[in-house]
Amino acid sequence: MTLLDGPPHVITAGAGLLADALREQAAAVTGVSWRPPLAGTADALARVLADPRRQAANDLAVRRLVSARPELAGVRRASEVLRTAERTFLHAGPPITWERASGPMRGALIGAMLFEGYADDEREAAARLAAGEVRLEPCHQHAAVGPMAGVVSPSMWLFEVRDTEHGGTAYCSLNEGLGKVLRYGAYGPEVLDRLRWMDGVLGPALSAAIGLTGPLDLRSLIAQALQMGDELHNRNRAATSLLLRELAPAISDAAPGHASEVLRFIAGNDHFFLNAGMAAAKVSTDAARDVPGSTLVVAMARNGTDFGVQVSGLGGRWFTGPAGVPDGLYLGAYGPGDANPDIGDSTITETSGLGGFAMAAAPAIVRFVGGEVADAVAATRSMYEITLAEHPAYQIPGLGFRGTPTGIDVTLVARTGLLPVVNTGIAGRIAGTGQVGAGLVSPPAEAFTAALRALSDAVADPFEV
Amino acid sequence: MNDTVFVREGVYHDSVALMRVSRALSELPGTAVAIVAMATELNLELARDLGFELPPAGPGDLLVALRGPDTAAAAHELDRHLAELSSAGPAREAEQPPLTTRSAARGGGADLALVSVPGEHAFAEAMDAIEAGLPVMVFSDGVPVGSERLLKERADERGVLVMGPDCGTAVVGGVGLGFANVLRPGPVGLVAASGTGAQQVSCLLDLAGVGVSHVLGVGGRDLSAAVGGLSTVRALRMLDEDPATELIVLVSKPPDPEVAGTVRQVVESLRTPVVEALLGSGTDLTAAAEAALRALGRPVPAWPCWDGSARRAVTVAGEDPGPLIGIYSGGTLCAEAALIAGAGEFTDYGDDVYTRGRAHPMIDPTLRLEALGKVPPGGVVLMDVVLGHAADPDPAARLAPAIAALPAAVVVALIGTEADPQDLLRQAAAFRDAGAVVFTSNAQAARHARDSL
Repeated sequence: MTLLDGPPHVITAGAGLLADALREQAAAVTGVSWRPPLAGTADALARVLADPRRQAANDLAVRRLVSARPELAGVRRASEVLRTAERTFLHAGPPITWERASGPMRGALIGAMLFEGYADDEREAAARLAAGEVRLEPCHQHAAVGPMAGVVSPSMWLFEVRDTEHGGTAYCSLNEGLGKVLRYGAYGPEVLDRLRWMDGVLGPALSAAIGLTGPLDLRSLIAQALQMGDELHNRNRAATSLLLRELAPAISDAAPGHASEVLRFIAGNDHFFLNAGMAAAKVSTDAARDVPGSTLVVAMARNGTDFGVQVSGLGGRWFTGPAGVPDGLYLGAYGPGDANPDIGDSTITETSGLGGFAMAAAPAIVRFVGGEVADAVAATRSMYEITLAEHPAYQIPGLGFRGTPTGIDVTLVARTGLLPVVNTGIAGRIAGTGQVGAGLVSPPAEAFTAALRALSDAVADPFEV
Repeated sequence: MNDTVFVREGVYHDSVALMRVSRALSELPGTAVAIVAMATELNLELARDLGFELPPAGPGDLLVALRGPDTAAAAHELDRHLAELSSAGPAREAEQPPLTTRSAARGGGADLALVSVPGEHAFAEAMDAIEAGLPVMVFSDGVPVGSERLLKERADERGVLVMGPDCGTAVVGGVGLGFANVLRPGPVGLVAASGTGAQQVSCLLDLAGVGVSHVLGVGGRDLSAAVGGLSTVRALRMLDEDPATELIVLVSKPPDPEVAGTVRQVVESLRTPVVEALLGSGTDLTAAAEAALRALGRPVPAWPCWDGSARRAVTVAGEDPGPLIGIYSGGTLCAEAALIAGAGEFTDYGDDVYTRGRAHPMIDPTLRLEALGKVPPGGVVLMDVVLGHAADPDPAARLAPAIAALPAAVVVALIGTEADPQDLLRQAAAFRDAGAVVFTSNAQAARHARDSL
């Protein structure tokens, strides 16, 4: 049908009066609930929206993101796979120095110094870190991600996830469990003992088991877990169970002497899958990187001090704002005063359309988003307003198997003022405390507006007449 | 008298909705002045002129300024009104309303987007529509010409029509968009680079018993060298393809010579005959309507008018006539009247400079009422009143008493049809009873005003 063939169905954006006038004529109207964009973004928005490359670039980038086929290919030592200089630790979020690092980040770095034998005690470790004896580089710079402090040292074992569609590879550390753990900045004897056990028992057992099973299809595992009530960030119970089901026979074959302790360890940690899911999310978002002109967000990550984003069309540049303190539920006697600002690379789940974006799939944990199932549904629904696609495989049963909102567009964030919904764990402010709660955090708008300005600076003025 | 002033950061409502809230609050006992408006420069200035002390605020913030012996009721009512505006969303609460045109278009089923957001933000919404393959009418004014050119180039690649920017009126498939009169269906298709120009021509045709197929606005700058007539050419071709259109009327200011050449070539290639009304080149809108009637072989009637001048005591001084003051809401009507009158002070209150963060004078008579209040004795006032969808539901209710009180002669160009919701005949009677001479032809009104001096 062409425009002139009959009474039109009209989308109205702006004055409600004009929509009312159409309704009075019995015309079909879809009203846009329009608001002005984030302050100071109008000019940059117009320039970026006018970029002739943008639409095709975003179509390509988001198509790569949702078509990625992550497979768990192996479990390998960091020193084998990461091309880092001697004495380099990876960490979560955008680049950070020891001076600016928060409590849990410092705690985790100290723990890694002790674990690697770079220092004999806490004081020595802190002094060496302060003296710059260890290079600190973001996980994201090395195709890796790490939850919370995200510290990866050379002898740690990593999940290796391959994207069989586009050929990428991404890594994430193994999950230590809850309570006092390195990723929350704890570095006491029990933390180091556990790391040594993971080093000597868990890593080799998993590595050998996956050698027997062959690569595991994480795309389909994540799709199933979403239908079983996980959102894959704050709830990984279903995904962990599914992974355990896949691995258990091979673990008992590959490491008969350690099978019961390894299986018991995995079964005792509902978040064991999180790290594999993060590597899957990372390899998927990496497939969408470096498309010139694309305004798609390919990473959101926090180092406990700054919240940073990376955008497909802007290479490896970080755009940051101050990390906020999460709003959530606290364990035991802990409260908001004990919370560290937001930390971790686990926001890669939201970046790939999971986590907070898939909240409607996880009614069991709706207390994080306001307490009602309707709040979870509203959170997911709102994210369709800032994303470019609906994931073809990751679906939400409660929304009629609609695909999760996937692929954050910087221009849509600026236009709607809606910031990504991010689920997160909450780390204690003081190094060594560990986890104090879990909840929601609001990213700083300036990280997105700074990225938008950079996109605008990178295009020629399209409006010259 | 107490002043209450506050700013709500980041609260947004459109200017028409806020005008209604302001009006409702200022009618409360205890409140003398109520300004509820987005804190644009224009609105801040307006509040400052009234003597309000203002905190810092920007165009994304809501400004509330109340004055009166007791403004507590107004402050209370404000919250109720704003809550009503916010909840006027979709019927199903659980649904997320679309926040962008992109999102609305993703839902499917739409044929056209109508964008009336503030001009500096219109580009994004219009681009969404074009990228979704939808034609778009940009009602917003204040859109830079470079943005207009770019939108129209992209639309051309997609094969969709951009009406506007600053497109005040359109009729598509019998549905009026923007300021649109209720017109009978018929054989005439209009392509107009002028909203009120199209309204004048189509209303006169309607008064002559001839209806329209479609009215496609293209925006006042479409035939400039910078824009190149992209929308005019597309609209002409669309109407040529349209089986309901037997005659096309093209209404525009005189185009850029090179663009005129392009348009002429297209016009000559069409199967449908075209009547061109290029204003300022010796013709006017009424003459264009008459030419269209002749082309259809229809008689040209005497255009209705109502003379109320006998009802007022004011006589124009013969020796030393006062000034001719044009107080207009329609840009093309204003330009046409100024051209015919030859002299006088003409102001188009629908121009960008008067509408930033304010409702259009066809909806909100405040600025024109102020202007009427400043008319010196003995002069002649020439003004337009435009009826139709989205316009003031009863313009005579506030303008007629102001006219009756004037110490000057008043000539009204009343643009509308008998089917318009405001009722042309009732409006004409009200202005006549207020002592005005009322014409349905703006050109005739301007000639009468000129000759009264």
